[in-house]
Amino acid sequence: MSTTEYRIEREIVIDAPVEVVWRTVTEPDQITQWFADKVELEVTPGAHGYMGFGDQGGPVVVEAVEPPNRFSFRWNHPAGDEPEAGNSLLVEFTLAGEGAQTRLRVVESGLDLLAWPAAEKQRYGDEHNEGWGKFLDRLATLVAEHPEG
Amino acid sequence: MTADPDDELWAAIADPSRRRVLDLLVQRGEASASTLAGQVPFSRQAVSKHLVVLQQAGLISRRKLGREVLYHVDGPRLDQATRALAGVAREWDQRLATIKRLAEAAHEQAKTATTEHGS
Repeated sequence: MSTTEYRIEREIVIDAPVEVVWRTVTEPDQITQWFADKVELEVTPGAHGYMGFGDQGGPVVVEAVEPPNRFSFRWNHPAGDEPEAGNSLLVEFTLAGEGAQTRLRVVESGLDLLAWPAAEKQRYGDEHNEGWGKFLDRLATLVAEHPEG
Repeated sequence: MTADPDDELWAAIADPSRRRVLDLLVQRGEASASTLAGQVPFSRQAVSKHLVVLQQAGLISRRKLGREVLYHVDGPRLDQATRALAGVAREWDQRLATIKRLAEAAHEQAKTATTEHGS
């Protein structure tokens, strides 16, 4: 059992209404323009689909679909396995309309905390956000100071 | 199951306490287990265990100085970890930038179409 875990959080403000951004994020023919080369996907919770990247690719499973604010899917799980927490990466899009603009946030996380008690998970989650950013900053500084080790 | 070397790396830095120890080593450059234990809210034994995992993941190395054992961060592996994480973050930045471009173009087009239609 591993405790493999990571979390990436990014955000962007778009000069377009939330409904337009929603279509860009969720429609397969749009997804092929910003993510995978080949997308077979039904935007329904629980739907199994496929995303291809060049000659590679794999199954995806849609999790949350709440137009026009939330869309999430799991990918990168071992072929043949049912994707679930612990064996896949969860990509969560959150869209917030702000007047004529939309704030789009993406969180990609892979959690494998099977053996962790609930309280520990909570603490872990809380500490993670701040700690991770600080940690990365330090790593980046260190690498900048000591290029090539 | 095959052990991906990256799995070991992620596991080593996934634990907040362990990250704290690594953070301190990054700041100090080099320190003994006792010195580190003096700066964290957990026991010297816990610190020693974290140091073992970090060392196994290739993130830190140790050397003996007299009777003391000193730990220091291992540049190349940290470099690799940083690059891996920064790479993923950069990929998402690029994807978001593309989504922005697509959505704004679609919106512009819709506006123009409406204007032309209306005039």
